[in-house]
Amino acid sequence: MNSGQVVSRPYVAGRGEDRILRYTLAERINHWVSAISYIYLLVTGLGFWSPYLFWLTALVGGGPTARFWHPWMGLLFFASVLLMNMHWRKEMRTTDADRAWWKEIGRYIQNQDDNLPPVGKFNFGQKLWYWLIFYGAILLLLSGVGLWFTESLPWSMRFLRYAAILVHVGAALLTIGGFIIHVYMSTALEEGSFDSMVEGTVSRPWAREFHRLWYDEISRQETTRK
Amino acid sequence: MSSAGLEIRAISGHPGPIPGAGLKQEFEVCKLIDTTTCIGCKACEVACLEWNGLTFSETTFNNSYQTMPDTSWNYWNLIRFNEHEDHDHGLMLLMRKDQCMHCEEPGCLAACPADGAIIQYVNGIVDFQQEHCIGCGYCITGCPFNIPKFSPAAKKVFKCTLCVDRVTVGLEPACIKACPTGCLHFGTKPEMKELAESRATQLREISGFANAGVYDPPGVKGTHVIYVLHDAMHPEAYGGLPSDPHVPWSVKLWKGPIKWLGNAAILGGVLGVAVHFMRYGRKRVEKDQPRNGTRHE
Repeated sequence: MNSGQVVSRPYVAGRGEDRILRYTLAERINHWVSAISYIYLLVTGLGFWSPYLFWLTALVGGGPTARFWHPWMGLLFFASVLLMNMHWRKEMRTTDADRAWWKEIGRYIQNQDDNLPPVGKFNFGQKLWYWLIFYGAILLLLSGVGLWFTESLPWSMRFLRYAAILVHVGAALLTIGGFIIHVYMSTALEEGSFDSMVEGTVSRPWAREFHRLWYDEISRQETTRK
Repeated sequence: MSSAGLEIRAISGHPGPIPGAGLKQEFEVCKLIDTTTCIGCKACEVACLEWNGLTFSETTFNNSYQTMPDTSWNYWNLIRFNEHEDHDHGLMLLMRKDQCMHCEEPGCLAACPADGAIIQYVNGIVDFQQEHCIGCGYCITGCPFNIPKFSPAAKKVFKCTLCVDRVTVGLEPACIKACPTGCLHFGTKPEMKELAESRATQLREISGFANAGVYDPPGVKGTHVIYVLHDAMHPEAYGGLPSDPHVPWSVKLWKGPIKWLGNAAILGGVLGVAVHFMRYGRKRVEKDQPRNGTRHE
């Protein structure tokens, strides 16, 4: 089943049957593997970040346990980001529509969505978040391996230890900034957004309101199919 | 590894004040190592192993007196042998007893995220508490002397304790007790500084070592292990003793400005989205009220 296909969901209480598939099951599972591993990394990472947050490590089995699993969870997160890149890489390319939309970002922030330039399946904000996570994950992996095996780096190459700390902290902080905005927008701000990543579908008005070009494309496909 | 009765000055990864701060007065202790009278007998190495109950490691042979290549998690005290040649003195075998320097400003403690894993006592001893260590290795990055060593088996980091358990009960460290030449001394910091300076003066004025001096590096605000060197201008000649050790600037940045900027940014982000929600509310799709599956085109 391809995303964009119209699906029938009669068993969802209160839902109409006329919903559009936005994320396939594979995409949703991939997203939640990334999300859960990221949250584990965030909780343990914040524990290592500040003495005032060290108690967070107790939530996941204590300091040594957190230290043991943090890098392994990092590998899982990185693998799932790579897989996500296979799903979404092409859809995350910047288009002319994105440039037009980005100029009106002020109105988007003020929830004046009605007369914004139309965008495709993902708007430019989503694309920025995507690439932030993608390149952030690469930097976190490279620096993280250095931190994982600090003692194996020879003394003559200790500049790598220093660089690893700064890169890891910098990349982590950038992704945390994006993460705060992403979680806010997809749970509290935009109705239907969270559901789309759980159930996979969105309503037609939702698609038309937020992703007009994507909606038009789907409508065209439906017409030709009929 | 034993903190019994010692007044604490600093605790790694610790939020809030130091328990029991300012309760007792204590002398700042200091170990003095006179490299000019060391004969490289390695008695201090054996004494260290014996007192601390460490397992013996297999020795190596590479045509020098250096039969242990480096300090390790279970070998905290090592004499480094270095052949050195200069115009005035010809070939010299420099011997430096290497171990934790017990910095006044310890980079290991600054870098450590685990509450109570590294403790600095008012007497100057910097001691690792393995039961609180999480094995992250940040102390390895923070140390300018390459001292903390990670045990892959224990997943903890170990180093010289300055025999804190002996010092606590009024004894000198094991290495001091074993030294046959008297090149090792232990006492208060002012006493050891004075003794070291008088020996350096003697070396300069009588023994023909014009550059003899005391190594008590100011970059880490001084150390509680100090050296008398034949040539204090070139400490690197003694097997990697840094001429200007300090806590790495990356660690200072990370634990200073970056931490405060990062905290402010995280808090600002959370507050920002909350204020946004209260000011602008939700993005609703007005027509998204499905009734009986009808289309709203």
